[in-house]
Amino acid sequence: MPPQQALTPSAGPPPRDVVAAIRGVSKVYSLGGHEVKALDNVSIDFRQGDYVAIMGSSGSGKSTLLNVLGCLDRPTTGQYYLAGQDVAVMDDETLSRIRGRYLGFIFQSYNLIQQLSVVENIEVPLSYQRPPMPGGRERCLKLAELVGLSKRLGHRPTELSGGQQQRVAIARALVNNPHVILADEPTGNLDTATSHEIMDLLDALNKAGRTIVMVTHENDIAQRARRIVRLRDGRIESVAEVRRELLPAAGLTSSVEPG
Amino acid sequence: MKFLQQLRLGFRSLMLHKLRSALAVLGILIGVTAVIWLVAMGEGVSYQAQQQIKDLGATSIIVRSIKPAEESSRSDSNARMGISYGLLREDFERIITNVPTIGRAVPMREISREVRHREQFIDGMVIACTPEYFGMNRLKIARGRAISAVDMTSYANVVVLAHEAAVKLFPIEDPLGRAVQIGQEFYVIVGVAAERSAAAAIGGSLDARQYDRDVYIPLTTFRVRIGDRVFTSRAGSFQLETVELTQITAIVDDMKEVDSTADIIRVLLQRYHKVVDYAIVVPKELLEQAETMRAMFNVLLLLIAGISLLVGGIGIMNIMLATVTERTREIGIRRALGATKGEIVQQFLWETVVLSGTGGLLGVLFGFLCGPTVNAVRFAVRTSLPEVWAALPPNIRNLEPRLAPWSIIAAFAISVGVGIVFGIYPARRAANMDPIEALRHE
Repeated sequence: MPPQQALTPSAGPPPRDVVAAIRGVSKVYSLGGHEVKALDNVSIDFRQGDYVAIMGSSGSGKSTLLNVLGCLDRPTTGQYYLAGQDVAVMDDETLSRIRGRYLGFIFQSYNLIQQLSVVENIEVPLSYQRPPMPGGRERCLKLAELVGLSKRLGHRPTELSGGQQQRVAIARALVNNPHVILADEPTGNLDTATSHEIMDLLDALNKAGRTIVMVTHENDIAQRARRIVRLRDGRIESVAEVRRELLPAAGLTSSVEPG
Repeated sequence: MKFLQQLRLGFRSLMLHKLRSALAVLGILIGVTAVIWLVAMGEGVSYQAQQQIKDLGATSIIVRSIKPAEESSRSDSNARMGISYGLLREDFERIITNVPTIGRAVPMREISREVRHREQFIDGMVIACTPEYFGMNRLKIARGRAISAVDMTSYANVVVLAHEAAVKLFPIEDPLGRAVQIGQEFYVIVGVAAERSAAAAIGGSLDARQYDRDVYIPLTTFRVRIGDRVFTSRAGSFQLETVELTQITAIVDDMKEVDSTADIIRVLLQRYHKVVDYAIVVPKELLEQAETMRAMFNVLLLLIAGISLLVGGIGIMNIMLATVTERTREIGIRRALGATKGEIVQQFLWETVVLSGTGGLLGVLFGFLCGPTVNAVRFAVRTSLPEVWAALPPNIRNLEPRLAPWSIIAAFAISVGVGIVFGIYPARRAANMDPIEALRHE
């Protein structure tokens, strides 16, 4: 797929294999009377199994883009198709349901709930599923095993290292079987060795068919993705394919279930 | 189960700040305990009063002689004759014959006299009565027999002793068949009454009617042996008083006729008595008054309790606002992971309900301690501060708190309600946070 195609996707609802697509999205904030364009007519398609790194300096609009993709923020203009529906026009409650159903979040600072144990943290998105997902607890245990924390199910987040906490967060992001995993600087708080462990885990998830969109400012982390989207002043500056042969071989592939 | 999960989650979130949560719980606990205790004591007092009134009989009308003010007594013309006042035997006849709604009426004359047996004596209350008096006052005879009709017609010198009077006069021997001296006369003891608790005060006095110093003799015997004219000693000076009957108790057949019958008696007596030297007491009215008093009392108590629960609720709101601010990030996380505003509201409402419900439950538990606590305080006062104890009115000394089931249910329900009402604002504040801002919150 040439990069131009990603820059100028066709109008109207996206084709079937596109799990998420933004079309002509702009986001305008008014700050003290000034209008600030955080996003300016941005269009990207994310296909099933895509692995996209969004890069850009601070103020480039990458956080705003991630918020829009995460249904935490609504675009001022434009469409956002997620699972075949335009979510840009939906109300707060529906957006909450869509987040819970179709999206998985991984944050820079892990964002685990302190008073809950590892397995309970993984379970949190399940409590917001309507209708409830069957086999919740077993799924959580399986995911804890997948991220290598099956021996720490009862621990509290404060009893875990940063890397372990991020693993819990990844398991939590997978528990609702999301269409897209959104990661905001997933290795930002981790040392290099742990960063690579976490990235190996994400790579493996992608190999198993997960769609991952990741915001990062670290080049070596971004190189793990299949595509790198660079933003500047709210516009897409470039979309680049990453040559997969350069990537190190990732493990874990066989144990990750497909999406 | 979703419900239990929510409860557990709420409980665990509150355990993050044990002291803070405990203080909020304490506020509600005190409120709930206060409601239960105050209502229990109020119920205890009014139950006591009601029992005493009921002992007088709900269908009875009691007419009692009252000594009028000096200058207005009936025969003030002759000072040597002493004063003469009160109900007459004629009044009794008139009431019996003229008021058809009355089933029966019982006359009674009472006088305070020393009752003696050898060196034992008591300041007794001599009750001169007819055989009906015992049944009417539900006086049970423990041993021997009551005053009989034969005693009446034969003017017999017989006496029935109240339980305490018998115990005091005859600490060791069997009183039956022995004689006691009242004034100059000797009376043969034919019976001993069973123990009996005090009844409500009648005739304007505040003290409850005690039965323990009573000795009962036939009314006819009283008339011939002691007579209507008696010397009474009051404040060191003797006075001659002429009183025919101390009290007439009329029993009305139909409860509905009690009020109208009382009115008829009132009119009847007014016609023959120039001065009001009698009082009419209708226990049913007293009972109704007591009911009204109790209702007013309960309203007042609920008001006080309401204020304390309000204060408790404000405490809870304060805590929850602090909690919401502290847990802004958690709210952001939950919102990002799919929680709707409604679910966030629910989560925090559950927490307040856990807080206030815990307070309510503990409050109910402490509420059950009301009786033992009152007993403990009573024991402590009686043993360590006897003078204070003696100064307390008997109603308070004998107070038995009665837990009212409605107050327990109401107090608990109100505490949970307080939790919901005061939880709504903090919960809504939590739900209305912008998830992006909340996630950024440190």
